[in-house]
Amino acid sequence: MAGGAASGGTQGREYRAVALPLLLPAWLVIGIFMVLPVLLMGVYSFLTKEFRGGVIWDFTLAAYDQFFVYRGLFGDEPPTLEWTYITIFWRSIWQAGLATALCLAVGFPTAWFIATRPVRTRTMWLFLITVPYWVNLLIRTVSLKFLIRDNGPLNEGLMALGLIDGPLPLVNTNLAVQLGLFYSYLPFMVLPIYAAVERYDFALSEAAADLYAGRWTTLREIVLPAVRPGIVAGAILVFVPSLGAFLAPDLLGGAKTYMIGSLIDEQFRGSQGNWPFGAAAAMILMTLVLIALILYARAQGRGRPA
Amino acid sequence: MSAIEIAGVSKSYGAMRALDDVSLTIGGNAFFTLLGPSGCGKTTLLRCIAGFEEVSAGSIRLLGRDIAALAPNERPVNTVFQNYALFPHMTVAENVAFGLRMKGVPEARRRARAARMLEMVHLAELADRMPAQLSGGQQQRVALARALAPEPEVLLLDEPLSALDLKLRQAMRLELKQLQEETGITFVFVTHDQEEALTMSDRIAVMSHGRLQQVGTAREIYESPVNRFVADFIGETNVLPVLVEGVEGGRASVVLPGGARISCPAAGLGPGAHHLSIRPERIGIAAGGPLRATVERVVYLGTDLQLVTRLADGTAVQVRLQNSARTEVPAPGTAIALEPEEGAARLLAD
Amino acid sequence: MRGVRHYPGFGAVTAGCLVLLYAPLVVIAVYSFNGSASITQWGGFSWRWYVDVFTGPESGRFGQAAWNSITIALLAATAATVIALSAALAMVRAGSFRGRSATFALVNLPLMVPEIITAVATLIFFTAIGLRTGYLTILIAHITFCIPFAYLPIAARMQGIEGVYEQAARDLYATRWQAFRLILLPLVMPGVVSGYLLAFIISLDDFIITNFVKGAGMETLPTAIFGSVKQGIKPNIMAISTMLLAVSAIFVTLSYFINRVGQRARG
Ligand SMILES: Nc1ncnc2c1ncn2[C@@H]1O[C@H](COP(=O)(O)OP(=O)(O)O)[C@@H](O)[C@H]1O
Ligand SMILES: [Mg+2]
Repeated sequence: MAGGAASGGTQGREYRAVALPLLLPAWLVIGIFMVLPVLLMGVYSFLTKEFRGGVIWDFTLAAYDQFFVYRGLFGDEPPTLEWTYITIFWRSIWQAGLATALCLAVGFPTAWFIATRPVRTRTMWLFLITVPYWVNLLIRTVSLKFLIRDNGPLNEGLMALGLIDGPLPLVNTNLAVQLGLFYSYLPFMVLPIYAAVERYDFALSEAAADLYAGRWTTLREIVLPAVRPGIVAGAILVFVPSLGAFLAPDLLGGAKTYMIGSLIDEQFRGSQGNWPFGAAAAMILMTLVLIALILYARAQGRGRPA
Repeated sequence: MSAIEIAGVSKSYGAMRALDDVSLTIGGNAFFTLLGPSGCGKTTLLRCIAGFEEVSAGSIRLLGRDIAALAPNERPVNTVFQNYALFPHMTVAENVAFGLRMKGVPEARRRARAARMLEMVHLAELADRMPAQLSGGQQQRVALARALAPEPEVLLLDEPLSALDLKLRQAMRLELKQLQEETGITFVFVTHDQEEALTMSDRIAVMSHGRLQQVGTAREIYESPVNRFVADFIGETNVLPVLVEGVEGGRASVVLPGGARISCPAAGLGPGAHHLSIRPERIGIAAGGPLRATVERVVYLGTDLQLVTRLADGTAVQVRLQNSARTEVPAPGTAIALEPEEGAARLLAD
Repeated sequence: MRGVRHYPGFGAVTAGCLVLLYAPLVVIAVYSFNGSASITQWGGFSWRWYVDVFTGPESGRFGQAAWNSITIALLAATAATVIALSAALAMVRAGSFRGRSATFALVNLPLMVPEIITAVATLIFFTAIGLRTGYLTILIAHITFCIPFAYLPIAARMQGIEGVYEQAARDLYATRWQAFRLILLPLVMPGVVSGYLLAFIISLDDFIITNFVKGAGMETLPTAIFGSVKQGIKPNIMAISTMLLAVSAIFVTLSYFINRVGQRARG
């Protein structure tokens, strides 16, 4: 354990002696109010729905059955695969993947540009990129909606310039949701890529150029493999929250852009809610996230030399 | 009374033995130096004395008292850290007064003493600066003043001069030696620089690979190295493979490369193949000398000239000649005979 | 020919990216000063919607929501910072011990789990143990998800502080507690402040989890705003949003500069 802070010797031992009381508050708070609830949510997904919201403590697979199996309108047809919810999940994965790709397409050049500024101005650029992230996501989404409304400043401006005749119908489209997700999570893509590019040894690019590689060939053959861990980290940081996003699809989308977040949210609203079903949907989302994280860990593992 | 007694101390980091059965007594009011190449365990030994590491085996006594159970703040020992470790958020004066503050010395008294310590290291006018505003040499003096202020029994210094430039380093050597004499505090000084060790120390302990090689005065370890490592590490030397034919009355009869025989102290060795050390300045050109060599190169060193010569069996032998008008300098390619001065040849243990 | 660092178009993308990020915020800030009651027409500069926020018919509702938001954020950030500092001490200073990486994963768990899942799970938990949703449940949930936001800057800062300063203090007769209070704590303080500010903003801004565990009749600013925008964006919402935006910007800027000053002082 090199590095100044890694305390060896008696210092480390003294801190180890009190490690338990030091860690206990964090363990207890996160353990009781985060881990336990998620486990409990797993249990709830196997309980029976109560009509006014809530559950009856009878174990059943009804929630998962409702999610995956179709038995006809009156429950008397032979069971087939239920597509409604799988479609919603698939749409969410698709939307999240698209948002990730969009963030990468914009985030990589941005991260590269920032990392190649003089050291003194670099932090200022980074700062500019991160500030919007700290602004309330709700307000940002609302602002975006305001901007792109049919008679919002964007459409009015474009019409005033004579570029379009009528307003572009942006709100309640996939594009708007995309834009919202992109706008919500872009800094998550820029920061890890920036960190990777900053560590990148530009002499490698010079060596490639010296050996007759063009700019874009160098980017593809030399730079991208070197900064891959940053790209993968950025992708996961955008993909995971996009998958469970609620505000962007809810405020910017419509019925055609209904995503997992809204589906889950609805199960806990008022008397039409279905808690076990909501818990089951959340568990399935959680599984998807776990798969994404495992793929991420594998990808990062492969990126590193043995 | 001896200040520190180290008895059979070992320290392992996993399979790595940083200290291997080190036994050592450090006298009171002395300038004691731990000398050895980087990684030989000097810092580890200091940290064991200061209480930042626990020994794996053995014991350390301070003024006769076993200190194993004492935390660093309970040991009357202060350290000048390798990179000084001045508290960056405190002024110079606050840094110097810190130890006194922890010992509960009243504010007025500790302020006066801090001022006095800063005067001693010629930094009185910088008392209100922050450490980041000081040069390396100034930081070094503050660290010294801070460690001396609480009047420890022993001061531990871990390569305190290594971060300074050459000029400053040389000036600080004298100053450190003076400070030690003025305060009467025992200094345990760590360095990998043999010149530093030779110029400052009352006694020197030479270490290698976690083991103690030799303890003695500068003169002793320079002139009577006990083994190949010490001979090689301290100053420059020629090491010749030789055959000891026989030992009689503490003197060995030695066959040099080329077949000539000389006699030298046996140093406790028996007959067999051994190594012989001869310092370059203790060997001269003499017709009829026991070593026949060919001059390969002549290197001009200012006050000295260095001859690089080679024996018939391929062993290189360096010779130092004083650079005076009278010196006859053989041209490269000439065959010459070399002769060690009386008492210059020393047999080495491996 | 430019160096290998230059790629044509990357600067333009960055500029476009910044425009995209800031345009909605700027637009809403500008329109919050719109003198007209219609949100589509510009009626000249005016403070009327800011006045309306404090005196208008909805001022009582928003005042209560703001009070809830701010007190919850203060309490949650304080608790989360203390918990995070304590955990960081063990994680950074105690070397390696069993369960260290598990603890790291646990502390960062709230960052990895999508908010909607945390929200559902927390609601289920409070319902199951029979705790009535309201101020207290919001506070508990906020403390929990604020911990990693406070932890990361504190741990990063502490990692940058060599153990040798505390050793030097111990060498100079400081006890363990004195070495912590007089040396380590002042040195990590910029990280602590930074973590506190970030936790505060995160708590102030949270909508999804709060919306689940707030219970009926209880509002924070984001849930109040959400309730209003469901019926359309009104100018007073823009004024509130702009004020919240300013608070966030001020806090982030503060946090950024405190960390920078701290770094400079360390040399
Ligand atoms: N905390 C540690 N963990 C593992 N090995 C260590 C540690 N500290 C020192 N060592 C090893 O112990 C040996 C002696 O180190 P050190 O005492 O620092 O040498 P020196 O000060 O003589 O250069 C080195 O090989 C070093 O790598
Ligand atoms: Mg050392």
